[in-house]
Amino acid sequence: MVTASNISTQTIWKILEQVPDPEVPVLTIADLGIIRDVKLNGDEVEVIITPTYTGCPAMDMIAMNIRMALIENGYSKIKITSVLSPAWTTDWMSEAGKIKLKEYGIAAPDKRFTIPADGIECPLCNSTNTRLISEFGSTACKALYQCNDCKEPFDFFKCH
Amino acid sequence: MNNALIDYILHLADTNLILAQRNAAWCGHGPILEQDIAITNISLDLLGQSRNFYQYAATLIGNDATEDSLAYLRTEREFKNCLLAEQPNGDWAQTVLRQFFFSAYLFLLYEKLQNNKDEQIAGIAAKALKEVTYHQRWSSEWVVRLGDGTEESHQRMLHAIDELWRYTGELFIAADYETAAGFDIALLKEDWMKKVTTVFEEAALPVPENVFMQTGGKTGIHTEHLGFILTELQNLQRTYPNAEW
Repeated sequence: MVTASNISTQTIWKILEQVPDPEVPVLTIADLGIIRDVKLNGDEVEVIITPTYTGCPAMDMIAMNIRMALIENGYSKIKITSVLSPAWTTDWMSEAGKIKLKEYGIAAPDKRFTIPADGIECPLCNSTNTRLISEFGSTACKALYQCNDCKEPFDFFKCH
Repeated sequence: MNNALIDYILHLADTNLILAQRNAAWCGHGPILEQDIAITNISLDLLGQSRNFYQYAATLIGNDATEDSLAYLRTEREFKNCLLAEQPNGDWAQTVLRQFFFSAYLFLLYEKLQNNKDEQIAGIAAKALKEVTYHQRWSSEWVVRLGDGTEESHQRMLHAIDELWRYTGELFIAADYETAAGFDIALLKEDWMKKVTTVFEEAALPVPENVFMQTGGKTGIHTEHLGFILTELQNLQRTYPNAEW
């Protein structure tokens, strides 16, 4: 049994850092910058999260996965609060997260808010001889590109 | 209880929901796979924005109101969406033109609302603005591609303008409850016209002049199309009241 006296927000953060994103499982929700804060209200744990996109269907699942992870670690009083401001941005993605994305085959966001027609580095062969196929990809957060050198199509995690 | 504020939020929610529902009908029918995905992505963003507005309205209304009861249990006359949102998809030209008109409008609207004194409206607008930026770019490109494309695509855009232009005036004619916005919506018209004119010039399309503008949607007087949309959208709750899963 976990009691108020032996929990700290640091412990909670460590647990949350293990929770994978349902859409891009190579990233954790901490890598994505979805967790904005952790608070302890007596023996209640409050996790404050923010959605990536307003219509992101993964948000309900993320909230459930947070709850499950905390329950597995012995916490029973859990409150998950969703806040909209400040609006989520890919600037909050961790550097570790960007490396993991690339290894997974997804080009990481790079601070340019526009969608470049070419020049996004191919995560597979590192060529920048690439082209945009569609601004909208398999999920709200990605655009679709193709590499002109290795010919492989790949996802680009859009700047937001 | 601030009724103007509630009505205003419902108006924002309804417009996005109805447009999202229209765009979603392209799922599996887009001209090519990538554009099918694009229009349904846009639909999803609009649905997400409408959910945020409905959720906020529900907290202000209280009682047992929820985002679902507001979307599924209100009748045609209670919906406050702009008439433009409910117009039929038609062909691809008509769909992308409708989206362009809306994205250009929503971009200006959210730009204003992100500084609203109501923090919740400001928060939703600031978030939605990022999404609408993509929608505006995508739909502008399509208007140019079709307008300045082949003879047939040009004709189709002309037809789309003919079908939709008369519903664009309503966007900038304030309903009583739009005082809740804290600014005059009519002030956005000039910048909207500038955007439309720039894109139409590039697309070799004429900007119509002296067209009679149809209104009514904001106060619940709709074209015949909304009834059919709601029949489909609310089908499950109408057939099995209070069904949950």
